[in-house]
Amino acid sequence: MSRGQVGAKFHVVSSTNGPDSAPGPTPGRGYLDAASSEPLHPVAREALLAALDAGFGDPLRLHHRGRDARLLLDNARAVVAQVLQVREDEVTFTSSGTAAVHLGLLGLLEGRSRVSGLLAHSAVEHSAVIRAGRWWETQRRGTTDVVGVDEQGRVSVDDVATALERPVGVLAVQSANHEVATVQPLDEVYAVAARAEVPVFVDFAASAGRLDLPSGWAVAAASAHKWGGPAGVGVLLVRKGARWRAPFPVDDRVDPRVSGFENVPAALAAAAALQAVAAERSEVAARQFALVERIREQVAATVPDVEVVGHPDQRLPHLVTFSCLYVDGEALVTELDRAGFAVASGSACTASTLTPSHVLAAMGALTHGNVRVSLTRDTTPEEVDRFLDVLPGVVADLRAKAGVGRR
Amino acid sequence: MTPVDLELDCRDLACPMPIIRLSQVIGRVPVGGTVGVVARDAAARCDVPAWCRIRGHEFLGEDTTDDGTPRYLVRRLR
Repeated sequence: MSRGQVGAKFHVVSSTNGPDSAPGPTPGRGYLDAASSEPLHPVAREALLAALDAGFGDPLRLHHRGRDARLLLDNARAVVAQVLQVREDEVTFTSSGTAAVHLGLLGLLEGRSRVSGLLAHSAVEHSAVIRAGRWWETQRRGTTDVVGVDEQGRVSVDDVATALERPVGVLAVQSANHEVATVQPLDEVYAVAARAEVPVFVDFAASAGRLDLPSGWAVAAASAHKWGGPAGVGVLLVRKGARWRAPFPVDDRVDPRVSGFENVPAALAAAAALQAVAAERSEVAARQFALVERIREQVAATVPDVEVVGHPDQRLPHLVTFSCLYVDGEALVTELDRAGFAVASGSACTASTLTPSHVLAAMGALTHGNVRVSLTRDTTPEEVDRFLDVLPGVVADLRAKAGVGRR
Repeated sequence: MTPVDLELDCRDLACPMPIIRLSQVIGRVPVGGTVGVVARDAAARCDVPAWCRIRGHEFLGEDTTDDGTPRYLVRRLR
């Protein structure tokens, strides 16, 4: 048999060039999209590489390779439990944050289905929650109810109370918003839900490793690559005693809540990153909070007809969103990328989406010309200043091209 | 349909063009006058009211044209 014909060959490509963007463990300077994915934490990288060699075995096997893998997996679970201040048997590793949301939310809905098949969720939940709700409606004949938010994206506790006046199976409210950074009043939400005896599902993907998760949830879910762990690891927390029932088929592996072969190296790296960011948190969060403050002030001062979105104080430390009138969001992302800055946008002015961000729409905010800036743990003040220098000119050029001057 | 001083046909324009067109024609109606923005673009439903808030005009609501296209009503305030 000829071996001359080889199919796809493994190689690493990079779309960036130049000394500032050399491929490596951290992206080049100007990466301001940590909320989409935080670069791998150096500690996680180290743990991942070590565990790739040491943790390949099947954690169910009784031989030494299996025991090694099981030890690493148990260690990862113990670390996550300790950082998040939960019991080890409350922690489940899933194959992504979205998988954790689906499994957690649908399992809680299944467990509560004798009481009510109604899922009440805030209007600004991540699409993972909203899609799970739609699936619950179409596949399980459940129903959903949406609780509105104010212009800063915060759920109204009164509206939550009103929603809970009828029998509700599960209430889903995020810890903080992934697009606009607003932190939700979870303690007040918990109090209202407790009075109505409704369990709360909390998507804490946006705040994990950055803010404490207030206790009071029945089930919660997060995603490792948002705190500097590897992609492909979700963390599901199911409170002991919560009425959670597996919504999908299970097998007889390590964790009864999840099926499939465990990704031991990635779970360990996720845990290592979480522990590291928790240790650095007070310093990093304070620095990021101040830099975001600077962005909020400067953008409002230097860009005409701009709207800075989200709560000014009750917010995530590292994230800010603003919308520029008359500008195409996709063009803004492209031009900023050309200028060396990677940002995200919730605008619908793209070929791929026809509807604008449901978060911005629910807040009544301007949906076009939207830019989301989110800082990594090592974003410098110089990078932020450079971004702030470049932005007004980029916006002005795009407006001039569209035939809009300052008016 | 509510009578307006100026109707702007943005049926086939994508976001953010309806808002750009609105900003270009608002000066053609007198202060207190009204503009109707006819747009299929989904973002217009959010962005016309947001534009009014940012630019200091009044958003009057939404109706529908004879062919079923949404029309967003704006009053010039300044």
